[in-house]
Order: sequence, then structure tokens, then C-alpha cells
Amino acid sequence: MAKADFEIPQLNEYPEVPPVVPGTMAHSKPFIAKPEFQEPLNFPGELPDDWHDQAIDAMGDLLGKYRSLQVYLDSCVKCGACTDKCHYYLGTNDPKNMPVGRQDLLRKVYRRYFTFAGKYFPKLVGAEDLTREVLDDWYSYFHQCSQCRRCSVFCPYGIDTAEISMAAREIMDRIGVGQKYCNEIIGKVFRIGNNLGLPEMALADTLEGLEEDVEEETGVAVKYPLDVKGADILLVTPSADFFAEPHVDGLIGYGKVFHEAGVSWTLSSKASEAANFGMFIGSYENMRRVSMRIREAALELGVKRIIFGECGHAWRVAYSFLNTLAGPFDFLDPKYPVPQHILEFTWNEIQKGTLKIDKSGNDDMVVTFHDSCNVARASRMGDEPGGQFKIPRNVIKAVCDNFVDMAPETIHEKTFCCGGGGGLLTDDLMELRVKGAKPRMEALRNVIQEHGVTNMAAICAICKSQFTKVLPYYGMDMEMIVSVHQLVSNAIVLTGQTSEDDDESADDAA
Amino acid sequence: MSFLTIAFAALFYAATILLVVGLVRRIMLYWKTPAPLKIPTTPAPVTQGGVVLRMFREVVFFESLFKSTKWTWLFGWLFHVALFAVLFRHLRYFTDIEWVMNVVAFVSPLFKYLAFAMIIGLLGLWVRRLFVDRVRYISAPSDHLMLLLLLLIGVSGAMTTFVTHTDVVAVKQFFRALMYFNFSEMPNLPTDPFMVVHLLLVALLMIIFPVSKLLHVPGVFFSPTRNQVDNPREQRHIADWARKLEQ
Repeated sequence: MAKADFEIPQLNEYPEVPPVVPGTMAHSKPFIAKPEFQEPLNFPGELPDDWHDQAIDAMGDLLGKYRSLQVYLDSCVKCGACTDKCHYYLGTNDPKNMPVGRQDLLRKVYRRYFTFAGKYFPKLVGAEDLTREVLDDWYSYFHQCSQCRRCSVFCPYGIDTAEISMAAREIMDRIGVGQKYCNEIIGKVFRIGNNLGLPEMALADTLEGLEEDVEEETGVAVKYPLDVKGADILLVTPSADFFAEPHVDGLIGYGKVFHEAGVSWTLSSKASEAANFGMFIGSYENMRRVSMRIREAALELGVKRIIFGECGHAWRVAYSFLNTLAGPFDFLDPKYPVPQHILEFTWNEIQKGTLKIDKSGNDDMVVTFHDSCNVARASRMGDEPGGQFKIPRNVIKAVCDNFVDMAPETIHEKTFCCGGGGGLLTDDLMELRVKGAKPRMEALRNVIQEHGVTNMAAICAICKSQFTKVLPYYGMDMEMIVSVHQLVSNAIVLTGQTSEDDDESADDAA
Repeated sequence: MSFLTIAFAALFYAATILLVVGLVRRIMLYWKTPAPLKIPTTPAPVTQGGVVLRMFREVVFFESLFKSTKWTWLFGWLFHVALFAVLFRHLRYFTDIEWVMNVVAFVSPLFKYLAFAMIIGLLGLWVRRLFVDRVRYISAPSDHLMLLLLLLIGVSGAMTTFVTHTDVVAVKQFFRALMYFNFSEMPNLPTDPFMVVHLLLVALLMIIFPVSKLLHVPGVFFSPTRNQVDNPREQRHIADWARKLEQ
């Protein structure tokens, strides 16, 4: 079990709603962005003297721009429906991690400065002045929300804490209190093209290496093209797919599917990143700037379609926002939705019968599936509502004989966040990440014990990285997390593939 | 006219103006504030008709609350439905239209007992607010006082029906005269103390409605997570302020 200087939550057979213990996570805060990480995003580097007035002005500005913020700050009746729905509350007992507790940190200031009741009867309605202490609380607790929207499923008015957290982070950014992790990464995307800061040369080398590996293993020259003008499909995928485990096995899978489907495709060095951390910090301008790279890459390469790889929040930005931020995409082939998810493509090919599948490639696994929050509650796949649940499961079942779902209250629209989404996937928030993973770990352990589940498949780079890191804290194997396209890759039999049995036994011996 | 009658007449004019102006301004604000991004909580309807159905289920059955917690749903739904039934009965104070009066007379033998359902619902919600530690933590004084106000309105109203048997004909004439500014025919309000308390608290509720959490009533219809169609790939959605960034 991984070592920790904090208490790792006990996993229970049945989920329990923990008692309120105020302040357990008040100490948790990520590193603040230095001026050099703020400036590329057009945010001030440091807290100015008149930060108080600037923060209230920023709040007023956002209230006028986002109906969600205005309506949600007004409408909460404190019914308590959301109080036991956040994984961070369930894992930490801290009442400021209850969705309404978190919203109230902003709402009490909103009431004080923007409502009649809060201006004249602040004590009565729980309104408070914006002080340095309140700002510190904002920084701490608005970086304990993974913007997973589970609360919004259960709220009778659909109040989405993600909208509140995004607004709070935007206000803080505008007064120079940014989060290092997100803002440094966004700067890298502007400067280099991807979150990891992989330059074009390194990317080309990596892809070449992948081609060699796949050819060595299968005897088939599957291509992983970069910046190929005139290709039909532009694949935009999270940069973790280029080298992290198990992400890269997913990328290998996408390439095999494209190869067998006989389509021409390419990656882009300019848009070598599907992730868009502009969403996490609630900055429309930065989210738009990150999105425009994809439009520009598609235009420069002259592609006909855009397909996104496995990534949760990236798919939210792609599916729900890309047309808004970087559209219209009237220069692409109108026969296909813009953009498409790689799973939509693969499922379509499976249905057409273009892929030769040998499920025995996954016989050593009993697989369950983790619905990523942004895919489940903020996007769709296919033509029908709920396609985002069916299509990944259909693909898994098409390539793997042993599939088991976790408990119904922990999947589909009620899925629990991995604990690392929303810009929290950073080592300075390790305690939060481990504790926030508790509800998912609980559900996973139950299917391990009851159904002998060996692996959990995911379609999000953040989920995959978070689970890899967090599973050992709960005494589980970090390698049990797999990409869905890794399962596809294991089962797909490439045209002209050399006997894979020989390779497998060679692997086993090694 | 008695002092009480004049005072209540003035109070109800003021309360009505504050309620209507306050609500209209708030609704205009919600209406005019753009929703720059598509954020329906999915799975969401892919057609406008589907959205209407979703909103109907939300507003009439409290679908999301039902998914969340059955006790809060039970007491909350009971309170709201009973409140509407009781309010419906109150139509008889404001109209002479025959068929409306007939419907009210028809449902009254049942609906008047729903005052008790309303009170039970409110008590259940208050018990939860007092004894569930999470809900107690998030409650401001105003949250408790709002329940107290509604309870007192319910109880005082029920008393006028079941205990003191207020002169409802006089009350109706009073409100009809108010509505038509017909002060020459305005009768004196009955001085039944339950009646006086009931009217006073209702006026108070009307006044605080547009500056309180009761804004959830218009708010729910403007909630982007519930009222948006899931069609971002098919139709480009863009706010005016965002379009300016493209120039």
C-alpha cells in the first residue's frame, strides 16, 4: 500500500454518508501560479491593492455574462438534496465540500454585494463581506471541486456547482490568484501545443517508435501519421496518449482501428492536445484560444473530419463547446458530426464488420467500466440520449467476453468522479485526490470481491492517470486501469498479422 | 371604513406592486442574461419538445429531487402540491365566474383538508433542517424563518376554516373591491385574529418573494442545465458577447 501522511479512508461494503466535521480540508490548497504563469493567459501576476473591488467587479461582470451563475446563486433553497452527493464530501467529511456548502462560499458574497436582503439584512440571510479569509477559503475549496456535475443531476433546479467553481476561479485569476497547475499547462499549450510540452520533434520520434513497436509485435506496418496534409481525418487526442501508461495502449488501438477501416488520418503537431484546461479555470477567452488551434490545424491540413481520442473533459469541450468556440465547421464533410468521438467511429466500424475481432485477446480479464464524469453528464455519443453510456459498453462487450458493471448508483449519470478531474490532477493535492476517490474505490472493490473483476476500463486521460496513482493507496494494483481502445487493440486481428499466439507465449516467457 | 380595513387595503396594494415589479424585473434579468455555452445535464432531450417534457417532470413531479432523497422529496412535494390545491380554493375570493366557482365548490370538500398536508410537509422539512447535520449546517436564520412563516400562514388559514369560521363573504367583497378600486362598496374586514394574522403574513410573503430564495420559482425555468436542448453539434450556439470576440 502506498505511504501517506494523512489517513486513507476505509472502504465499506455499503456506502455511508459521513457526519459533518468542519474544517478537515481547510489546509488543502494547490500551489499559486507565479506571475510568469499568469501573464500568458492575460491575467495579472499578483494580488493588487484594490483586489477587493476588482473581485466584486469581476463577479458583476460574470453575473451579466452567465445566466447559469445568476440563476443558480439566486435559486438555491438549501433543501440539502446535494449534500451527500459529492465524492469530496463523502471522502473528507468537510461540509464546505458539500456542493451547497461550496456554492455558499460564493453565494454569501454575492448576497452581500448584489442582493437587497444581503445588503440590509446580512446576518439573516448568511451574507458576508469579501475578506482575505473568505478569499483564502475560495482558493482552498474551489480547488476541491472537480466540476464533475454529479450534484447537478440531483438538484431540483439543476444547480451545477461546476458553473460556480468556474466563475470563482475566473474571479481569482482576474485578481492574480491563479492556480499553478492549470495556468502553467495552458501556457504550455499556447507555447508548444500540448499540456506536456512535447515539441514537434519529440512527438514525431514517439510516433515513429510506436510504429516500430506495433510492426514488431504484429508484422503489420500500422502508421501513426503526423501533420499529413490532405488526410481525411484529424485525430485530436490528449498528449498523455503519446507515452503514459495505459494511455498509449489506447493510442495504439486507435491506429489499428483506422488502419483496418482503411481511412487516411493524421495527428497534428499544432493541435497535439485534446485537453482544454481553459474550461477548468472558467475562462471563456482562454478556452476559446485553446480551441482555435484545432480549427486552424484542420484548415491547414485540409482534413474532412475531426475525431477526438479518449479524454473526458476534452470531449465535453469538443462535443458541447467546440462548435460554439471555434465553429462553424462548414469546411468539413457535412456527412459526419463535428467532432466525433473515437468510440463512435470504432463502434460504427464494428457494426459494419470491417474489424476482425478475436475476443480471446482479452480472456485474461474481467472488465468493468468507469463512466467519466464529463462524458456521462456533459456530453453524448451517437444519436440517442444516453449513447455515452451504451457505446463504450457496446465496444467493450464486442472485444471482451467478461464485462460486469459496478453498482447502479455509481455508474451512468450517477457515476462518481475519479477524484482528479477539473484541474486537480497535481501532486500538491494528493490528499484530496486519494480521499475523493473513495466512492469509486468502494464500488470497484465490491465488484472485485463479488465478480472477480480484474480491470477497470476508462475513456479519460485524467481518470487513467488518477487511478494509476490512487489505486495503490487502497491496496489495489495500479495496472488494473486500462484504456478502452487498449481492449480493442488486444482483440483486433490486423489483416496480414503474423501468428499472434507465438508472440503471446514469448511475452509470457519474458 | 375601519382603520384595519384601510391599513390592509394599503398593505395589499403595496405588497402586490412589490411582488409584481420585483418578479418582473428578476425575470427580465434572467431572460436577458445570456447562456454562452451548452450545458444541459446529460442525458438530455435532443428536441425542444423533449425539453418541455423534462421541465414538466421537474416542475410537477420534482424528478431530480426524487432521484436524490426520498424523504425530502416526499415532504417537499406534499407541501407544494397541497399549497397549490389550497391556493386554488382561494380563487373564490377573487372571481365571480360561474364555472370557476363551481369547480372550486366541487373540489373544496377534499381540498380544504389539504391544508393539513401542507402543514405536515412543512413540519417534515423543518425536522430535516433541524436534525440532519448536513442540512442544519447549510441553514441560515432566513431558511428557518421561511418555514416558520409558511407554517404560520398555513395554520392561521386553517384556523379560519376549521375553528373560527370567518365571514368569507365579507373577505371576498373586500378583495373584489380592492381589485376594481371600488372603495365605496368596500366592506369592513372581519376582525377575526386568525384572519388578520393570515392576511398580514401573506402580504409579508408577497413582499419578500422577489428578494428571497423563493426566486427558485422562476429560476427553475431558466436553469440552463434543465432547459437546453442537447444539440451542440447540429446547431451552433453563441452568445452576443462571445460573438464580439470573433471580430
